[in-house]
Amino acid sequence: MSTLTAETTGSRVTGALGSFLKARETGILLALVLIVVVTTAKNPNFLFSNDGFRDLLLTPSILLLVAVGQAIVIITRNVDLSVGSTLGLTAYLTGRLFIDVPGIPIIVVFLAGLVFGGLLGLVNGALVAFARVPALVITLGTLYAYRGINVLWTGSDRINASDMPKPFLALGTQSILFIPVLTIIAVVVLVAAGWYMRNQRGGRELYAIGSDPDAANLYGLNVTRRVLVAFVVCGALAGLAGVLYAARYGTVNSQAGSGFELEAVGAAVIGGVAIFGGSGTVWGAAIGAYLLFTINRALPILGVPDFWQRAVVGVLIIGAIVLDRLLAVRQSRKLVEARDPE
Amino acid sequence: MTTDLISGGTASPRVYKDYSRPLWQRVLLTREGAVYAALILVIIGATLSVRNFGSPITMTYLLLDVTPILLIALPMTLVIVTGEIDLSVASVVGLSSVVLGTLHQAGLPIPAAALVAIVVGAVAGAFNGFLITVVGLPSLAVTIGTLALYRGLAVGLLGTTAVTDFTEFWTDLAKSKVGGTGVPTVMILFVVLLVAFAIVLHFTPFGRGIFAIGLSSEAARFSGVHVERTKFILFVLTGTISALAGIYYTLRFGSARGDNATGLELSVIAAVLLGGVSIFGGRGALHGVVAGVLLIGVLGSALRLANVTSDVINIITGVLLVASVVSTSVLNWARAKRTKPGESRKPK
Repeated sequence: MSTLTAETTGSRVTGALGSFLKARETGILLALVLIVVVTTAKNPNFLFSNDGFRDLLLTPSILLLVAVGQAIVIITRNVDLSVGSTLGLTAYLTGRLFIDVPGIPIIVVFLAGLVFGGLLGLVNGALVAFARVPALVITLGTLYAYRGINVLWTGSDRINASDMPKPFLALGTQSILFIPVLTIIAVVVLVAAGWYMRNQRGGRELYAIGSDPDAANLYGLNVTRRVLVAFVVCGALAGLAGVLYAARYGTVNSQAGSGFELEAVGAAVIGGVAIFGGSGTVWGAAIGAYLLFTINRALPILGVPDFWQRAVVGVLIIGAIVLDRLLAVRQSRKLVEARDPE
Repeated sequence: MTTDLISGGTASPRVYKDYSRPLWQRVLLTREGAVYAALILVIIGATLSVRNFGSPITMTYLLLDVTPILLIALPMTLVIVTGEIDLSVASVVGLSSVVLGTLHQAGLPIPAAALVAIVVGAVAGAFNGFLITVVGLPSLAVTIGTLALYRGLAVGLLGTTAVTDFTEFWTDLAKSKVGGTGVPTVMILFVVLLVAFAIVLHFTPFGRGIFAIGLSSEAARFSGVHVERTKFILFVLTGTISALAGIYYTLRFGSARGDNATGLELSVIAAVLLGGVSIFGGRGALHGVVAGVLLIGVLGSALRLANVTSDVINIITGVLLVASVVSTSVLNWARAKRTKPGESRKPK
C-alpha cells in the first residue's frame, strides 16, 4: 500500500526520472557514455573529428537494425539465427538488381530488400509457428540454407562499388546535419519499433507470449499469428540492413554478414533482453549494438590490441546476463517481502 | 526452464514408446532408423553415380574430415539430451589449438603441451558449467558469451600468426592409417570414446539421469538425480573433448591458429539434431548421432567428388535439418490425431 501512495503523490517528472534511472537500459547507456568519454579523453579524435564522430554513429547502424529485429523475436521466446544469412542474401540481391535492371529507382531496391527479407523471415516464422518446431533448430537450418543459396547464386562473383549507382553509395556515407543517413534510417526504425512494442496492443501481446506462451494461448491471444509476424519483421529488418550494407561497404561477396546472428543476439542480451523472452526492450538491444561496435573501435585507442576485442565482447555478454540474474534475484526477494510483511 | 526457452514453449506432444506395435516396427521405424536408411541410400547412390567415391582413399579423407565433428558430437549429445546447449565448442577448439601451438613454440614437447591444452579445455567447460549450474544462467546465453570470449582469447594470444613447426611424428600420426586398411588411426580414439559415452548414456544410472533431466528436471530432482552436478560434469566433458578435437585439428592440418574451426559449433549441433536428438531434451541415441554426422560427411564428400561446389552442402545440411525436425513434428501430430487421447499411452 505504501508504495502505491508514494507513487501517486510523487510528481510525474520525478516518477519518469526515477524509472529512467532504474531502467536496465540506463546502465548500458552509462557504460557506453563512459567508454566514449574515456576514449575521447585519451584521443580527442575519437569523437571530435569529422570522421570519428561519423564512424561512431555510422558503423553500428546496420547491426542496430538487425538487433532490433532480433530483440522482437527473442521477446516472444524464440530466436532467429538466420539473420546474418538473410542480410548477406539481400545485400547480394541489391547489387544484382542494380546490375540487371539498369536505372532501377533506389526506393524500389529498398522495398525489394524489405520484401525479400520479409519473405525469408516468413519461411522461418511459418516453420516455427505452424510446425511447432523450436526456433533454434529451424533458424539454424535456414542459416545454412540461405547462406548456401547465397554461395550458389554468387559463386566467386562479387558486387563492386562500380556496379552500383553513385547516389545509392552516397547514402552509405552521406550525412544530414552531421548525422549519417544510415543512422537516421536506423533510429527511425528503432523509434517506430520501440513505440509499437511499448504502446500498441500487438507489441504487448508479443511480451505476453514471451512471458508464458501457454497462458497467452489460453487467454485467447493469436500466438501463431503474432510469432509469424515477429519473424517477418525480423527478416524484413535484416533485409533492410542488407541493402544498407551494400550501400555502406560497396563490395558484397558470398560471405557478407556471416556471424551477424551472434552479434545481434549478443547485442540484445547485453541490452537486457532476457533470452527467456517476455522482458527487455528494443532500445536496450539498440544500445547493446552501439556498445559492441564502439568497444571494438575504442580498444585500440585505449592501448588494447584489437585481437582481444572478441574476448571483451564475451566478457560483456556474460557480465550482462550475470547482472540480469542478480537483478532478478533481488527483485523477486523484494516482491516476496512485499507480499509477506513481517 | 531452458528447454522451454529453446522450444519456444510450444512443446510438441511427446510420443511415448508404443508397445502395441510389433518389435520390428519399434526397432526399425524410429527416428534413428530413418537416418540410417538415408545414410545407406546416399552411400549406395554415391558409389554408383560418383566416380572414385568407392575408393578407400575417399573413405580415409572422409573420416579424417568428420573426426572433429564426431568427437564433439559425443558430449554435445549428452548436453542436448539434458535440454541444455553448448555453443562455445568451436571456440574451445580454437583456444586449445592456440595453447598447443604456443607451448610447443616455447619448447614444450607435444604430449605435455597437449595435456595443458586439454586442461584448458576442461577449465573452459567448467566455467560454462559454473555459470549455468551454480549461477543459474541459461546455457544458450552463457555459451554465446563464452563463444566470443574463448575465441577472443585464442585470437588474442596468437594474433594473426600461426604456429606450423610441429614435429613430423605427431602430424603424421594424426593423418596415419591403421595398417593397410585406410581407416585413420584417430578412429580408434573415437571408437573408444564412443563406446565409453554410449555405455555412460545408455547403460548407467548417471545416463538415465541425463534423460530424466531432459524430460523434466523438476521430476528428476525429486527422484534423487543430482541435476546441477550432472550438468556441470557434462559441460566439463564437452570442454575436454572439444580440446581433444582441437589438438587433433591442429596436428592434422599442422597449423595452430586462433581462427581454427570457426563455425564448427553449428555443424556439430546440426549433426546431433539430424541424428534424432530432440532439442527439447530427453530423447536421443548416440548411434543415431554418429549416423547423422556421417550422413552430412558422406554427402559433402560425394558432392565434392562430383565437382558440385562444396557449398551446396550448406543448403543440404540446412534443408535436411529443417526437414528432419518438421517431419517428426508432423508425424507426431498425425499420430496424436489418429489415436484417441490417452489410448496410445497405455501398454497393452
